[in-house]
Amino acid sequence: MILLDRVTKIYNKNLGPALDRVSLHVEPKEFVVIIGQSGSGKTTLLKLLTREERPTSGKIIVGGIDYDKLRDRDIPLLRRKVGTVFQDFKLLPNRTVFENVAFALEIVGVGGREIKNTVPKVLDIVNLKSQADHMPQELSGGERQRVAIARAIVRQPKILIADEPTGNLDPKHAWDVIRVLEKINHYGTTVLLTTHNQEIVNKLKRRVVTIEHGHVGSDRASAQYDVKN
Amino acid sequence: MGRNIITFARIIRTGIVNFMRNLWLAVAAMAIMIVTLTIVLFSIIVNATFNNTVTQITSRIDVSLYLKDSVTQAQTSKLIEQLRALPGVQHVTYLNKEQALQAYERQNAGNKQLVQAINETDNPLPATVHIKPDSLNQINQIRAFISKPSIVALQSNPANDGGDRRVAIDKITHATNILRRAGVGAVLVFATISVLIIFNTIQMAIFNRRDELQIMRLLGAGTWFIRGPFVVEAIIYGIFSAGISVLLINSVFVTASSSLQATSFGLLDISYSQSFFEHHFWSLLILQLALGILIGAASSVIATRRYLKFKTTKRQSKG
Repeated sequence: MILLDRVTKIYNKNLGPALDRVSLHVEPKEFVVIIGQSGSGKTTLLKLLTREERPTSGKIIVGGIDYDKLRDRDIPLLRRKVGTVFQDFKLLPNRTVFENVAFALEIVGVGGREIKNTVPKVLDIVNLKSQADHMPQELSGGERQRVAIARAIVRQPKILIADEPTGNLDPKHAWDVIRVLEKINHYGTTVLLTTHNQEIVNKLKRRVVTIEHGHVGSDRASAQYDVKN
Repeated sequence: MGRNIITFARIIRTGIVNFMRNLWLAVAAMAIMIVTLTIVLFSIIVNATFNNTVTQITSRIDVSLYLKDSVTQAQTSKLIEQLRALPGVQHVTYLNKEQALQAYERQNAGNKQLVQAINETDNPLPATVHIKPDSLNQINQIRAFISKPSIVALQSNPANDGGDRRVAIDKITHATNILRRAGVGAVLVFATISVLIIFNTIQMAIFNRRDELQIMRLLGAGTWFIRGPFVVEAIIYGIFSAGISVLLINSVFVTASSSLQATSFGLLDISYSQSFFEHHFWSLLILQLALGILIGAASSVIATRRYLKFKTTKRQSKG
């Protein structure tokens, strides 16, 4: 589903590589947790997958799409296939919860009636059905993050990338978000999650990939970890 | 409904909503566009009016040859033949002495004493040949021909070639050309300013919403899904501005024709301007609309380009 082959990313030649010959293979329907200190290269890795950045060298194939052959004008098509959840939510501030989720469908030209049918179902999955008419600023951090997840999954992507979705949340809300991700994974979506949260890593018992100084430090099926912040 | 149609409808709807939300920003952009389009319209009308004035005056120009009484019928016929063969001659009319006298009497019908005095003498008027040139510039050729000694020998008086009027018309033509160039210059300057200001307005609108654009990009919105509403917004500026500029010019004519008794200021024949405007109302309106839409669309496409580029287009050198 996701294949990185000796991927290197250099932002600034004087600073050394942010990622150095990283190879990673993720099977369909897998739930992979990526951990590592700030600046270790986690976010760069995800930005390469959403094509916010291009690798300096190496090969990336996601969902059968070879990024070397991806033209700029096809980037929107790629991003529609890969759902993304950001640490800072990135909700549209002037739109209601419903409209934020609907927006993801509007982009791909889904009709109004279908939107009215689909969005409440997805809001139900993230337990936000009753908040559909709220504005993002009226919600708690955890609720906002769940709106962002609803928006990411409403197009039923095969891959969901979540960049520290619990980073700004208290433990209770963080677990709300993680449970939603598990639920989505259960329905068949490949999930890639980065986190700092040691407790989450330990309780999830999923495959854990550690990134250290731009390298893959370890890659284990399930493990207990001490995550340093 | 196809997805493209749904998306197209959404782009237009979002554009209209944005237009209404950014109304104050829109007023600034539209104000300058109205000035531009009004100047364009004004220039077109003034130009047409000047052209009309020049045509009118030119049509009154002719050259008159006065023949000696001794010139025979055969000589006259030959002269007329030669004149008709000259390039640039529209037509030649001949008045014999009798006809010349009648024409003179008609022209001076109000002055009975003069007419009486003329009739008391033997007809003093010479037979006359009127030569009408195609255009003002052809007068020199005609003048050269009638200045030949063989032709001068036939003439009783020096020919009247409209010399004074010609100078006046030259001046008018010259002034018209200068005004026309000034008009084109003004249009270009204001169109440029207009594009820059609209460009700026849209950039401000985009700047306020740059986070939103970034989010749209990350969610996979296509270039035209993001750009479209801005273009629609600017096209609405164009449509309103075109309509208002036409209304402005129209109200100027309404005021002018009701408040001014004399509708002609030297070269500017306002009644002609007005009838030109009324006759060409629809084509002028369409022209204004087209121009407004073009300025709006072009500046919004350019303004959005910067924000819609994928920053990762260049692959960095391997290291």
